[in-house]
Formats: sequence, C-alpha cells, structure tokens
Amino acid sequence: MGRDAWSGRDVLSILDFSRPTLELLFDEANSFLDRPHLVKQSLRDKIVTTAFFEPSTRTRLSFGSAALKLGAKVLDLSPDVSSVLKGESLPDTIRMLDGYSDIIVMRHPSEGAALLASEVASVPIINGGDGSQHHPTQAMLDLFTVKRLKGEIDGLNYVVLGDIRYARSATSFLYGLSKYKPGTVHLVSPESLRPRNEVKDKLKQIGLKTEEQDDLESVIADVDVIYMTRIQKERFPDPNEYEKVKGSYRITKSSLANAKKGSIVLHALPRTNELAYEVDSLPNAAYMKQARFGVPVRMSLLDLVMGGNRR
Amino acid sequence: MSEKETMLVQKISDGTVIDHIAAGKALSVLRLLGNPQDRGVTVALVANVVSSKMGKKDILKVEGVELTDDQVQKLALIAPLASVNIIRSFRVWGKKNAVPPKTVLGVLGCTGATCVSVREKDSVTSIFSLVSSSPLVYRCKYCGRDLTEQEIAAQLA
Repeated sequence: MGRDAWSGRDVLSILDFSRPTLELLFDEANSFLDRPHLVKQSLRDKIVTTAFFEPSTRTRLSFGSAALKLGAKVLDLSPDVSSVLKGESLPDTIRMLDGYSDIIVMRHPSEGAALLASEVASVPIINGGDGSQHHPTQAMLDLFTVKRLKGEIDGLNYVVLGDIRYARSATSFLYGLSKYKPGTVHLVSPESLRPRNEVKDKLKQIGLKTEEQDDLESVIADVDVIYMTRIQKERFPDPNEYEKVKGSYRITKSSLANAKKGSIVLHALPRTNELAYEVDSLPNAAYMKQARFGVPVRMSLLDLVMGGNRR
Repeated sequence: MSEKETMLVQKISDGTVIDHIAAGKALSVLRLLGNPQDRGVTVALVANVVSSKMGKKDILKVEGVELTDDQVQKLALIAPLASVNIIRSFRVWGKKNAVPPKTVLGVLGCTGATCVSVREKDSVTSIFSLVSSSPLVYRCKYCGRDLTEQEIAAQLA
C-alpha cells in the first residue's frame, strides 16, 4: 500500500480508506511533526481552494496553514460575498472552482454535498464536513492523536460522549475506529442524541460493536479515550428540542476524578459549556494538542493526494 | 384472474393487464404510468376485488399499450406484488413480474430536509439504491437516509 492509494483521490468519508492507507498518512504526519526542518515546498506550483459554506476555524485555517507550509497558494471562497448569495447552485460554484484550483477543500451544511461536488469536479474534493454526515479529516486527525499520545489505537477502551446524533465528528470517529480493533466502545448521550438509525445500521454493517450507557460515571474508570462532542445546536430541526438537552452533560475536574491513569480527553472543538475550562490544566486534556495536530495531518493529506514528492 | 373477475370488464385484444395491485393503489399506478387515459387510451380499473393472496386487490387493463421494462420496474415501487400480462390477440403473449429496480433516478425524493438532493433539487437528480425488496426500502445516495415502503407509497400516491 503506497502513495498511489492516495494520489488524486477524493476524500469524502473515512469509510473509503483502509487501515494501511491511514497508517501511511499518520507516518507522514509524524515525519512532518518530528522533522519539520526536512519539510519541502512540494506543492509550490499548486493552488488549494478552501470553500466553506458554513463556519469553521480549525478545519479551514489548518488546511490553509498546511497548504502554505508546503508552498501551495491558497484561494478562499467566502460564500457571504460570492455568487452563492445570488443563488448560484452548488454544482455551478464547484465547476467554477474546479477551473481555478488543483484541489478543493469544502464544508457544507447539506449531507452529500461533497459527494455531489466530486461528481462535477475534475480535481480532488476534500470533505471538510457535510451536514451531520461525514468529517473524514477530523476523524483522521483524531485517530492520529490517539496513536501519537497513546502509542496505539487497537485494544484501547473508548467512550464517545454527547451529541452522537448530529455531530459528524463523532460519527466519523466511530467509522474510523472500525478500521482498527478497539476494546470496548461506549456511547453516552441523552436518548434524543443517540446515533441516527442509518448510522446504527452502518456501524452494524462495518462491524463496530458499541455499548450504550446512561452515564459517564459508570465507565470513566475503564476508558482510555474520552471523546467529547458539542451539542450541535445549528442542526436541530426544532429549537425546543435543543433546549431540552442543552447542558445535559458536562465534563469537569470532579467528573474526571476517577478517570483511568493516562486517559485522554479529546474534543473536536469549539466547546460551549460541555467541557469546563478547569479541565485544561489536567494531564488528561489533549484537545488543544489534537487541534494542533490538524496541521501536520492535513499537510500529509495534501501532500499524498496532490502527489507531492517530498522525499 | 378468475372467470368471475373477467366478467366485470370485457377482455382486451391487445395491451396490458396489471393484476395484484394492492387495493386502492390503481390510481397511483396510472399516475406512475403517465395517466394514459388522458391521451385517449382505453383503461379499465377494477377496484377492491376479493383476492385469496392479498385479501383485496385492484386490477388495471390498458388497451393498446404494452408496458416497457422501465415502466414495470417503476410499477414495483408502489405495487411490488403486481404481475403484468402483455396481451396480443386476446391471448397472454408474455408475463412480467414487477421487480424493484436496483437504482431509481429522479422519481423519489429524499425525506432528509438537509440532504443536498433536497436543498439543491433544481440542479441534482435524486438517486436511490435498493436496500430491501420486502419490505421495500431504498437508500438515498447522498445522505444515506432510508425511504420506507410507506414513504415511497405516500410520495407516489
């Protein structure tokens, strides 16, 4: 399994990637992290376009940073000042960007938007999140973080906590875990935020066993990785439903008092009130490192997809 | 069809007889076939016929029109038990079973309000793939949501 498996391909869902392909990505990312002086301007004749149709801080800017570090030029589409505001269709917008770019990194509030874009574009499409469905590069950097900090992904016990219904990062993380051999994977969330039926079916189909739990306390001493999510207020069809579950879970210093030694807390960020700031000072807090790892992982991804020849 | 059933409507010389349509669905089937009666085609509809297999069923006879394979596939979306007899010179010339198509383009709509095939419906053709024939379930290519038999029937009613 070499670089050819990555070259020129769309990145729509982590389900499309094999374990060896992910391992290659992680090896490259480790190399960027550990030997930054060896990074070459492998993409200096390339143009990376970021097209984010919904808000983003980490994904958009870490892709931009990754592209710049590899010498690429970055174009950024701002939907609020482009023809998107005039009602231009997504396929037409993508056709235009396709002509201006060597790769398009996009985020969109609709599920399937990246797949649709890949059908009309000739350049690779990188899905930076589509509705509540997929966020493959987040899952890649989440798995990378686990491997980097814990030394392995296999055999660890996990708990995914919070909004597993609408948080695409949680769904993609679970899909990503299916490529490995985790120990027990617990899901803790209010009933209305449990995985959607199609996600449950998919998890069954790909063979990832999960155990639904009522509270974090019952599993906290057993897990190596605590994967937190923000309640995705913007994806609730009914604002009243959001109000019902708002504040229904929260991690504080005291809730981590019985946590397993060496366990880590991940969060795709941004956080609201589900993750107390007092947790930042604990050794378990790994989410800021996780966010920073977004750059080397996305450098690795751009380099592999665009066929950079770094070595 | 039994002899009693054939007495209700006269035999057709050439055309199509669609039997074993779930009771109450015959008009939906006609709509799916583009309402051939509006083009002057002779159509006979027999509703609520007693059936040993289905309890009650509807039957359609369409004079002078032979259903294409594509139409038979579409028929399976709302009448998955239907049997189609092609009639030539008052005899059954051929039989076709309504088999749900593996892929359905443009006919069904996704129920996900945030699916790109809904939000961008003017520029995107919906695509559904068959998950199960019984009960009938189709899955949206774009968002992965499933359409149940009841939802499909409601859309095509």
